[in-house]
Amino acid sequence: MKLAAKDLLRLATVGSVDDGKSTLIGRLLVDTRQLFDDQLDAVAAASEKRGVGDLDLSFVTDGLRAEREQGITIDVAYRYASTPTRKFIIADCPGHVQYTRNMATGASTADLALVVLNVAHGVKEQTRRHLCIAALLGVRTIIVAVNKMDEVNWSEAAYVSVVDELTTLSHELGFESITSIPTSALLGENVVERSAHLEWYDGPTVLQALEGCDAGSWTHTRSGSRLPVQWVLRQNGGGRTYAGMLNGATLHEGDAVTLLPANIETTVTAITSGSGARHAATAGLSVDVALAAETDAGRGDMIATAPLPTVTKEFAATVCWFGDQPMRANQRLRLKHTTKVTPVRLRELSGVVDIGTLSVSPATELATNDIGLVTLQTADWLVVDDYRDNRVTGSFVLIDEVTNATVAAGMVGRASFL
Amino acid sequence: MTSSILQASDMTDHLDLLESHAIFILREVVAECERPVLLFSGGKDSAVLLHLAAKAFAPQSLPFPVMHIDTGQNFPEVIEFRDRTVTHHGARLVVASVQDSIDQGKVVDPGPMGPRNRLQTVTLLDAITVHGFDAAFGGARRDEDKARAKERILSFRDAFGQWDPRQQRPELWQLYQGKVNPGEHLRAFPLSDWTELDIWQYIEREQMDLPEIYFAHERDVVLRDGMYLAVGPFVEPRDDEKVERIVVRFRTVGDANLTGAVVSSAATLAAIVAEISLANVSERGATRGDDKFSETAMEDRKREGYF
Repeated sequence: MKLAAKDLLRLATVGSVDDGKSTLIGRLLVDTRQLFDDQLDAVAAASEKRGVGDLDLSFVTDGLRAEREQGITIDVAYRYASTPTRKFIIADCPGHVQYTRNMATGASTADLALVVLNVAHGVKEQTRRHLCIAALLGVRTIIVAVNKMDEVNWSEAAYVSVVDELTTLSHELGFESITSIPTSALLGENVVERSAHLEWYDGPTVLQALEGCDAGSWTHTRSGSRLPVQWVLRQNGGGRTYAGMLNGATLHEGDAVTLLPANIETTVTAITSGSGARHAATAGLSVDVALAAETDAGRGDMIATAPLPTVTKEFAATVCWFGDQPMRANQRLRLKHTTKVTPVRLRELSGVVDIGTLSVSPATELATNDIGLVTLQTADWLVVDDYRDNRVTGSFVLIDEVTNATVAAGMVGRASFL
Repeated sequence: MTSSILQASDMTDHLDLLESHAIFILREVVAECERPVLLFSGGKDSAVLLHLAAKAFAPQSLPFPVMHIDTGQNFPEVIEFRDRTVTHHGARLVVASVQDSIDQGKVVDPGPMGPRNRLQTVTLLDAITVHGFDAAFGGARRDEDKARAKERILSFRDAFGQWDPRQQRPELWQLYQGKVNPGEHLRAFPLSDWTELDIWQYIEREQMDLPEIYFAHERDVVLRDGMYLAVGPFVEPRDDEKVERIVVRFRTVGDANLTGAVVSSAATLAAIVAEISLANVSERGATRGDDKFSETAMEDRKREGYF
């Protein structure tokens, strides 16, 4: 039996606590028959034990002891679903504000965000925060499940009012594609099966919307080809090749490339991936590249095609601060960008973002979960693109030098809505 | 710039992307950590992991050793496979033995037929300390279990080897940062996003070698706790049990006294791919006695430092 080739779509759920994110994902998995019988039995047993009805679908993804006891999602659960032509990687993200860093973890590699809203409550503060973070992280496509329609008697007016509120916010945040769907995840209406109660709605179900989206868009960029050198391989019989994961535009054998930051111009003479020699490679592939010129390139350098990235030691960035202690000007940290690690100093804190109004106000420090606009100064040269042009070469994390904890997510440049 | 039309050999499917991601993780951890090790059980997932590791660093040899936590209750076919695979890749094999932990009085001897699955944690953590490993690659997948579904690709372990699910490091984009302080270590799971079906499709594509017990064969079994257990040195039929000779295969490979066989006639990789794509019971549900103790058995073991 030969199964068809599939593409890969990564999505993250977004929304406030108790609006039904985990239930919706549970419903999606159950109704598309992705769950095995023994897994369903386990969900039923857990539901019965806690007296929450026949089948609490949130138990499909809320796997930790504390999550089941408290009935909340603490950390991202990764789930997998497959149709004949597509593999889905689903990051079910927590809604609570103190777990924002976990939500950002799930959304950072997402091609799209699946937003779940309670139709009776509209866009809550935490939904707004999540949408803002998803937009900052470069998600351009959202599918919005306006959920719990059964609790408002399937009212079209209630649905339209929430969609209006959300559409206004989404345009402010620069989302390019917005699909709204009235759902009841609890009753399984318009998730996979079409609703019998919503005759006024003739758009797609959640599954149909997911199947219609572009896969792999998180690595689609406006930049040239970028190969951050991860490892240098010495070939038998002499010669070196440069290994790493390609991103940005497709790289071809024969392409003119520049090795940065050394600024050496040369050409690609061969490309190899896990399955052998290739004439061309697309974003997301781990490749091994041979260059015409002899170079002393190593880990942390970058092979790039035009338009070239920027080589810099000082740049403006947007950061989401996750540290328990506040972030202050002149603070020293470590920065990891692609395969490069360098000491870094917070040169200037220009402001903190108010999620409610999307305005920026002056600040002297960033508290946990704050989003700030900063200028950073690094010890070593970095080779960066603006985050809007490339989510790989435009992103970095900040690391505490003592504990090695990841204390911030950073993006080169500033979102257009800030 | 040359032609931008992709040829057939230049196309990319989900297996290429999963392979690329795993290779990226392997290289990243090796670059950032001082003394990594690859945990190798001889099962299909660790076989795929070792295959990917060899690809990631070819034509150079593996830049880390391979470690087997040996419970002493293995299927002989799996030990034969371990040895020929390690030789094939020119890897250095470290064996850490649960029997040694029992002999040293670090764990209680469950008896010759008793389950040793949970005892492995002590042996594993001891070996990590003795050899000074700061990163251990494992073949765990997130689709296997609900606790694993929550774990980061690089999973931080404190000086006691414990996993704290409430204090996981944020893991944004593909910026895997693997620095730890002395005494702490990382578990790295390059196959996190693979499903059981992905694993089999990949094994078929790569025409990989595996232990023979994964393929349908005749075997003496007894039915115990709803699982077919292979009669052998670690499973003796009890008085009320009837020995049957039937055609089975193993869907997972663990200890011989805890791993159930499934009734199957799938004798080739293609037949196994077809079987898995239609399965309605999960691989752990079908075959693993070690997960049957409680709703959060895996989380509890992982907190202690299990794989």
